[in-house]
Formats: sequence, C-alpha cells, structure tokens
Amino acid sequence: MGIYILKRFGYSIVTLFIIITLTFFLMRSIPGSIYTKDKPLPPKIVENIKAKYGLDLPLSQQYFKMLGNVIRLDFGMSMQSEGRKVNDIIAEQFPNSAKLGIFAIFLCLIIGIPLGIISALKNGKWQDNGAMILATLGVTIPSFVVATLGQYIFSVKLKILPVMGFKTFASAIMPAIALSFFPLAFIARLVRSSMLETLEQDFIRTARAKGLSEQMVIFKHALKNSLIPVVTYLGPLIAAILTGSFVVERIFNIPGLGRYYVTSISNRDYTVMMGITIFYAGFVILMNFLVDIVYVFIDPRIKLRK
Amino acid sequence: MQKKVLSAVLAFIMLAGVLVGCGAQTNTPGAGSTTAISSTPAGTAQTPAVTSSRDNVSVTVGSEPDTLDPGLNQTVDGATYIQHLFDGLTRQDKDGKTVPAIAESWDISADGLNYTFHLRDAKWSDGQPVKASDFEYAWKRALDPALASVYAYQLLYLKNAYAYNAGTGKAEDVGVKATDDKTLQVTLEAPTAYFPDLCWTPTYMPVRKDIVDAAPVDWFTKPETLIGDGPYKLKSWEHSSELVFEKNDTYWDAANTAFIKNITWTLLDDEAAALSGFEAGDIDIVDSLVPQAEIQNLVASGKAKIRDMLGTYYIYLNNSKAPFDNPKVRQALSLAIDRQYIVDKVARGGQLPAVGIVPYKVPDVDTTADFRSKGGDLLSKTADVAKAKQLLAEAGYPEGKGFPDVEMYYNTQSGHKAIMEAVTEMWKTNLGITSFKTPNMEWKVLTEKINAGDYQMCRMGWIGDYIDPMTFFDMFLSDSSQNQIKYNNAEYDRLVKEAKVSNDQTLRMSNMHKAEQLIINDAGLIPIYYYVSVMLENPQVKDYYIDLSGFVHMQYAYVQ
Repeated sequence: MGIYILKRFGYSIVTLFIIITLTFFLMRSIPGSIYTKDKPLPPKIVENIKAKYGLDLPLSQQYFKMLGNVIRLDFGMSMQSEGRKVNDIIAEQFPNSAKLGIFAIFLCLIIGIPLGIISALKNGKWQDNGAMILATLGVTIPSFVVATLGQYIFSVKLKILPVMGFKTFASAIMPAIALSFFPLAFIARLVRSSMLETLEQDFIRTARAKGLSEQMVIFKHALKNSLIPVVTYLGPLIAAILTGSFVVERIFNIPGLGRYYVTSISNRDYTVMMGITIFYAGFVILMNFLVDIVYVFIDPRIKLRK
Repeated sequence: MQKKVLSAVLAFIMLAGVLVGCGAQTNTPGAGSTTAISSTPAGTAQTPAVTSSRDNVSVTVGSEPDTLDPGLNQTVDGATYIQHLFDGLTRQDKDGKTVPAIAESWDISADGLNYTFHLRDAKWSDGQPVKASDFEYAWKRALDPALASVYAYQLLYLKNAYAYNAGTGKAEDVGVKATDDKTLQVTLEAPTAYFPDLCWTPTYMPVRKDIVDAAPVDWFTKPETLIGDGPYKLKSWEHSSELVFEKNDTYWDAANTAFIKNITWTLLDDEAAALSGFEAGDIDIVDSLVPQAEIQNLVASGKAKIRDMLGTYYIYLNNSKAPFDNPKVRQALSLAIDRQYIVDKVARGGQLPAVGIVPYKVPDVDTTADFRSKGGDLLSKTADVAKAKQLLAEAGYPEGKGFPDVEMYYNTQSGHKAIMEAVTEMWKTNLGITSFKTPNMEWKVLTEKINAGDYQMCRMGWIGDYIDPMTFFDMFLSDSSQNQIKYNNAEYDRLVKEAKVSNDQTLRMSNMHKAEQLIINDAGLIPIYYYVSVMLENPQVKDYYIDLSGFVHMQYAYVQ
C-alpha cells in the first residue's frame, strides 16, 4: 500500500508537470494579452506593463520563472485584479464553491441513490417509469434553465428564497439544486442499471438461497456492489462541482472560483489561469486517487497492485 | 460582456472645455468662486436639508472591479466607486457641472500654462488633513513607469510628464509642485481650457504616501487602509459579491452629501441575474446590464430608462484590401442597408439609426444646436437600393455577379450575430451578393486581427473619449495608429489636422463637418447605429444621476 501510494504520487507529479507545461504554452499562443484593449495603447505604456509583469523576458525564461514559482506554491499576483495574489483568490473563493458543491453532492447522493434503487426494484412498474422520467428531465434540462426558472418562481414571484448572494443557508438552496440536477439524475440512472445487473449475479442468488431477508440481500450485498460505478463517477464529479460552476455562480452571483477561472481566460490573466488550472488539476488527481482507495473497501475483488 | 472601458472619461470635460475655451485664457474656467458649493444639494430651494427614508440603497454598475486604486483605474465602474471614495481638486455638482472641491479656488496664468490651486481645510477619512503634497505624490506615482498605469496618459497634459512616464525624464521635472500644504502649482505642456474638469477624474485624485508605502500593492483592498477624502468610505469588500460604502463623516462637505448612509454595490456580470435582482427588489439601480430582449417591455412599463451615449456602431471595411479598395463597392454596401429596420427590428434596444459618424448631443460652435443637428443626415435611415445597385454595377459586379468571397468578422455575442445576419441578408436581397461569410471569434482575438490589419470587414464600436467631435475623427487620419480601416484621404487629413491644432471653434467645427462629409462620401466605414445606455431604476431613489462619461453618482441621492 505504501509503495503504491508513493508510485501514484510520482505519477501525479509527472502528470501535473505536463499539464503545467501544456497550459503555459497554450495560453501564450492565444492571441491577445493583458494589454490588448479596445483602443491600441501608446507603446511606452505597453512597455511599462510588460516590464511590470515580466512579459518582456524571453518566453523560455518566463517559463522557468513560472515553474520556480509553482514549486514554491506561489502563483504570483493577478494581472487583472490589482493587488490580489492568485493564492488569495483561490483561498477566498474556493471555500464558497466548495460549500455549495458539498451541499449539491449531498443532494445528489441522498436523492439520486434511493431513486435509482427504487426504479431497479420496481423495474418496469410506474415507480420505475416515474423516476426515470424525472432522471431523463434532469439529464436534459441545462442547469441555467433550472436556475433561472427557480429564481423567477421562488424569488421574484413567491418571494420565499433569496434571488442571489451566498450569505444564508436559504440562499444556497436554489444554486445547490441547480448544480445537482444533472449529476443527481445521472447517479439515479447509474444506480438503476448497475443494481439491475447486480441482482442477476450468482452471489445474489446464493444470498437468497441462504434464506437471507430481502432487505439484507438488497442493502448488504446488492447495493454495495451497485455503488462501484457511482464511486468512479463521484471522483471527477466532486472535483468538478467543488471547484465551481461558471454558469450557476454567475446566475446566483456566488463569489466562487468557477467564475474567476472563465473570466481569467477572457482577460488573458495568465497567473490566475495557471494558478486555478494547477489547483483544479491537483484536485482531480487527488480525487481519482481517493476513489481508487475507496474501491478496495467496497469491492473485495479489487486489490491495489504494486 | 466586455467591461466598459473608461474611454468616455473626458465626457463633460470637453463639453465644458469647448464652452470655456472660446473665452480668453485668463478667465477662471468652471466656477472660480466658492458660492456654488454651499447651495443645497436637495434640488428645491425650499428644502433646507435632505433626509433619506432608507439608510441603504443597492446599486449595480458592474462585476468585481479590477481595482479601487485611483492611479491604476481604467474602467467606468471603477471610476464610479472611486469618485465616491475620493475627492479631487474639483468635483461634479448634481447637475454635472465642475465646481471647486478640495481646491477652494485657483488662478490661471495669462498664457494658460500655469495653474495655482488653493486648497481648503479638508480631512482624510482617518482625520488627517489633506495636503497639496498628497496631490503631487498621487500624480507622480501614477506617472511612475514602475507602476505601469494604463491611464498615465491622462496625466500627459502635465509638463515633462511624457518623458518621466517613458523612463527618460525625472520625477522632479514633472509640472506639479506643492509649494506649501495649501498651494499646488501645476504647469502644463499646452494651454488646456478643460484642465479643472480633468481634476475630477480618478487619475487626478489624491492618495496618501504613508498609506501606499505601508502596503504598496493592496492598500486599496481593505477598509482599514483605504483612506480616502470622499463623501463615502469603504465599509467592506466581499470579492465578486458586494462592496459596501458608508458615509464618511470627516468629508469637508458631509452636511450636503451622502444622505443615504450606506450604499451596497452588488457586483454582478449577468444580465438575467441583474434583472431578477431588480424585480425581486434586491437592487434599486442597475446600470447597463439589461437583457436586450427585455428592453422594450421594461421601457414601456417604466422600469427602464434610455439615455444617450457617445458611441457609434460601425462596420469596418479594410480600405486597403480588394474589393473594398474600390469606393463604389463600399458606397453600394452602405446604401443597401436599412438602418431604421436594424434599430427597430433587430437591435431593439432604443438605439438610433446612424446618419453620420458623430452621434447626437455633441456640442457644435455654440449651444444652440449640436454637431449632428447642424451636420444633418449624411446617410439615409432607410436603404437606397436603386442607387446601390447602380454603384455596384459600375464597380463591375452587376446584380452582385462575380463578387469575391468576403469574410466579415464579429466578436461572439448573440446581439452582434443578429445584426451581422440582418446586414448580410440585406446585401443578398438588395444587391444579389451571396458570398458573405460571418465568422465569429472571441473579443481579444478579433482585436488583435484588426490591429494587425488582418481582416476584410468586421463589426466595431467606438465610444468617444471626450465630448468633442474630434474624438470621432482623428483616429482615421492616414498616419494614426488607430486607423484600422486604412482610410487615406489627403483632404480629410488636412481638414482634421487643422482643426486639431486650432483654437478657433468656428473653423474647427466647419472643418470637421467637411471631414465627416468626405469620409461618408468615400464610405470609408459604414455607421449602423448610435449606442444608448439603458438603466433599471427604482423611482423612489431621487437625485442620483449618470453623467455622459457613464459614471453613476450617488453622492446627492436620497430615497423618498
């Protein structure tokens, strides 16, 4: 296990390095820069800006300087938001995205999994059809539609939920629902199909033959195995949701990280782009790693190979 | 949405400058006397003081500002915040007129080059006195090449400012000097009648050396260190969420300003969210962020107001590339466009069909008529298909036959897309040209291409830098770096250059009218419509205003 973890750590570093290098050269190849304004700037002022951010150095030198900063975990100053360190932006905005994300994932799990189980057990009956209609709607309706509709109905018309902001628990309800809509439906469908498959397996037949109660068979044996695809999906999902959604954060005006990521690209704010990319990549790698560990606990057939 | 760039900065400035500029240089421009400032800001003479029925008003003028540092600001939303937190030598009164602020009065030398500002007793928000040296420091700091301020060019009116900013001169030589705590000596490169009006723009606001030195990069991000001298002070800043300002009791004119104790600036960049917030009553005033499709309904129901803006929406043609090197082709394309239809049926946001380069409300020689009304309609609001067809045939493409493949670029946005489609459809129906393609790309990618001259046609917009027709003309001089259409007409160059260096308003205006006629006749570019700004407003909020540069003013506002 120890060696496995070490090895994975090594791979992660290599992966991150490749991501950093690719991102650096890709972002520099996009036309435009921080000083591309609506009106061409006087050349002297462009020179001053370039010197301030070290953009006047040869690209290779900038690359190694950036690598050095990354190793020290210092992503530098934002080029667009004056006076703000990229580290601070991540530290201040990420908790908001994460809180909302945890809430949304919680909703996905406590609603999505039971929904999937019910449809599987009531396969072909009205409960199954009803749940799957809901799930299909969830997969097809984009989050911004859910968000805008919710805002209109619950805030503007009924006035029972705040229209925007992220200060109270109530203000988190609508964004969390909007954010969880798709993954919730997806999880329900995953659980359903995987449950149906598991129920056909030999070990379930064995369990039933042993005379175990139906509850025991479903919850102790079938469910655990049906959750493996959910766990696989959960890794990247957690990373994606926790790091913030541009659309939902924008509509509900939530000070999260997702908005910064997208706007940093249109602003050509290189330092923010790089900082959030590394943060996001690191998060995905970590989540996938955790998923691999969790496998061992829920599926006895899986062993981590050295 | 592209953030509004602080380009209309000199909006009122030139307006005032033009009016004052006609007089002798020894006149004191703006208001030299101090009587204007003690008038009651409530509006009606009967009301001695104003009380606001609410202590908090929420306003949206944009998303997270890039900075609240006066020396680094380059956006309109940033300028709106800064002029609440800081007070310059002058300020705008509630009618938008330039009046004395930190400077009680000033003297101007006979040649118009030297200004002596006399400061009043004013305090910073931490109680310290505002000194002339705070201005000297602030201006030199903004010019310091190490600060790399984009808006340093706002200060290039000062003597030797260019050399210092370009790294070839010294700070001591810049034409600003505090001779004592209450006197500021300013020397200019050339007489500038509107200099007192420049003094209320962010770049000219004072900042405190001790404050900046203690936290050079982020002093303006925290309430403890953002020490200003304006009617409001920073109470809290929750990034990407809201900025809260509270009344600054140490402000020299605190009795007559900031009737609303707190202003919450809700930081937003989504139009639908802004509208929901407004409808739900969370936001009282929204500037510009209004969904295009809703504008007509909102205006009809009285929730939105449309105001004039100093901007023109164009189609740029690369005059140096075939087939647009032929003026007849350009004229035919321009004539085949029904501008009234585009405004009424496609853009649908209260815009006005463009009948020339310069929009309405820009002053001419005197105040009796604006430049546009004097110049008249140089372009027809509707299409002149017969003439367009004839010109196209003369250019060698009868009924559009043989017209080469052309790409017209635009930056990705649904509003632009609709207009591009309407225009190409008009060219197809009216002229028989079917070879137009309209690729779209991200804004900065498009900007780079246009700056490099690597395009045939594209959509473009121009927001005036100051309220003088010149801001719409000097960019198309054949040697201008902003001449992205590669327009080249010797007579146009002569007229515009003469107007540029002249102090004779009659000659300047006459030259610019002639120049406008020339560039329209040549169809150097195709004006489509004049921009407007749309605001959502709660009618209970009184006496707030938006000036022509786009700054929202809440200093004098109150809630009924």
